[in-house]
Amino acid sequence: MTLLAVEDLTVDLPAADRAVRLVDGATFRLRAGESLGVVGESGSGKTMTALALMGLQPPLARVGGSIRFEGRELVGLDEDAMRRIRGDRIAMIFQEPMTALNPLVRVGAQVAEPLVLHRGMSRRAAGAEAARLLAHVRLADPERAARAYPFELSGGERQRAMIAMAIGCSPRLVIADEPTTALDVTVQARILALLDGLRAESGMALILVSHDLAVVAGHCDRVAVMYGGLILESGPTDVVLRRSRNPYTRALLEARPEPGAPRGARLKTIPGSPPHHRDVGPGCPFAGRCALTLDVCRSARPPAIAFAAGHVSRCFRAAELEDAA
Amino acid sequence: MRVLLRGNFSLWLGAVLTGALLLMAAVSLVWTPYPPAAIDIPHKLAPPSLAHWFGADALGRDVASQILAGSRVSILVGVVAVGIGLLFGVALGLFAAFRKGVAEDAIMKACDFVFAFPALLSAIMLTSAFGPGVVNAIVAIGVANVPIIAKLTRATANSALAREYALAARASGRGPVAIAFDHVLPNIAPALIVQATIQFAIAILAEAALSYLGLGAQPPQPSWGRMLSDAQTVLYNAPRLAIYPGAAIALSVLGLNLLGDGLRDALDPKLRARRS
Ligand SMILES: Nc1ncnc2c1ncn2[C@@H]1O[C@H](COP(=O)(O)OP(=O)(O)OP(=O)(O)O)[C@@H](O)[C@H]1O
Ligand SMILES: [Mg+2]
Repeated sequence: MTLLAVEDLTVDLPAADRAVRLVDGATFRLRAGESLGVVGESGSGKTMTALALMGLQPPLARVGGSIRFEGRELVGLDEDAMRRIRGDRIAMIFQEPMTALNPLVRVGAQVAEPLVLHRGMSRRAAGAEAARLLAHVRLADPERAARAYPFELSGGERQRAMIAMAIGCSPRLVIADEPTTALDVTVQARILALLDGLRAESGMALILVSHDLAVVAGHCDRVAVMYGGLILESGPTDVVLRRSRNPYTRALLEARPEPGAPRGARLKTIPGSPPHHRDVGPGCPFAGRCALTLDVCRSARPPAIAFAAGHVSRCFRAAELEDAA
Repeated sequence: MRVLLRGNFSLWLGAVLTGALLLMAAVSLVWTPYPPAAIDIPHKLAPPSLAHWFGADALGRDVASQILAGSRVSILVGVVAVGIGLLFGVALGLFAAFRKGVAEDAIMKACDFVFAFPALLSAIMLTSAFGPGVVNAIVAIGVANVPIIAKLTRATANSALAREYALAARASGRGPVAIAFDHVLPNIAPALIVQATIQFAIAILAEAALSYLGLGAQPPQPSWGRMLSDAQTVLYNAPRLAIYPGAAIALSVLGLNLLGDGLRDALDPKLRARRS
């Protein structure tokens, strides 16, 4: 069953002279219980896409296209109805658990908040439920964590608390925006394993935003690769990783450290730097750094070309790239 | 409180001076050596003595009693004017910060407009249009406080709203009013408290100036500003009549400013972390 169907999603932000398009034609689907990884370099529009799904785009931004969630159109939905969905049907986990929790409020009260709001629980009942949730995300000492202020917990513990807060109302979709970027590697692995476990037991769908292809590869059924506001390639994870039809995805894959590579071997890098959204011209945002650029790449947006198994690539040369990997 | 006070001299001195001001007002409610407005011509311009600690003025009124009772008007004007400033300023500032766009621009432009008139000048305008008196003085000073508080609220609220926890609160379905009370106000309160203290000092000064000009407190209500202007006619014979109210005003304003500075340091989490 399709839980979320995003069609041609755009986010425009008015700037001094003209509107800048921060997300351009994002299209993807998510079934219940499925996980989608969104990868891309900094500034590629991952967070903006995630925020638009929740109707939390910046105040002056305009969202276009269609977001159907549980059969309901979210684009243009009024703020009251959207507020009832947020935190209840769709929840979000943020990158920096230090700043995503209010420093002045006890962790237990913050975890209890969505339950009071959406389930109409009393503070007392919600507090008890919060302690249960904190235990559920395997915090070592949930009672202590509930009474603590955010600064009294470690980064990993705070992120677990954030997750407890997100899953309190059993959302059908959790959007995790770089949930482990601020944590060290071992904690990172445990948090991702926790999210996997929660997804398996509750059947919630997960959108995992990351700039790390390896993280996404290990934890997601499908991936979407973003660049300059465009989803350049999307599809089942193993198809995209092993039979990519997009030069940008391939460059990202080559920039990863090889498992068996000799120590000190230099990583491949992508020449140039990602475009600032104001510099994006009419063509493909990757044209300036791509080894395969044609004239047409600079003058027109590449069309989305569909291949088998829901594999989609936005590239004029997608068809040629079949066996090159 | 101990921790807050330690090593913070201005907070300490400011609290003592402000405390003394409040104590004077409280005491004057139940007791003054003489009725502050009681005229006693035989004792006019009496020098300081055991009977009249600070002497008597040109009409024989006891100066100590007037100083004590005069603190009430200062505090009344300060509290109400700052209260008006906080009430409307915080509301407008929060509205601007949450609404953004045209509403924010319009409110800030309006604030700049009001801000362009010095408080004292608009107070003089208002009191000369609607008649002198404490109420009009309070309204004028309070209105002048609104843009100052509104601008501060908007700026600090904007930075609080830019924090991820404000976004996280919206992501969990909370509405703007709940976010304002739970996430924005507690985080901007320290800045507001400090500014309110400083506006309090400015209000006291403005009230004294208005009363000095005869636009504020009217006789027989005792007021430091009016004591100053009464003292003017006998300045060569009895300069002390100007010195006492002058010192009372100066010490009150100094105390509140020190308190504001001290609170700024005490409430700044960065400085606090370094101390503890
Ligand atoms: N509130 C905002 N106002 C204006 N521009 C914004 C705002 N937020 C983001 N942008 C711009 O939108 C573009 C996409 O930003 P976004 O935060 O979605 O990137 P991202 O892929 O999440 O990057 P990162 O990996 O750094 O989190 C960037 O160019 C950024 O400068
Ligand atoms: Mg981001």
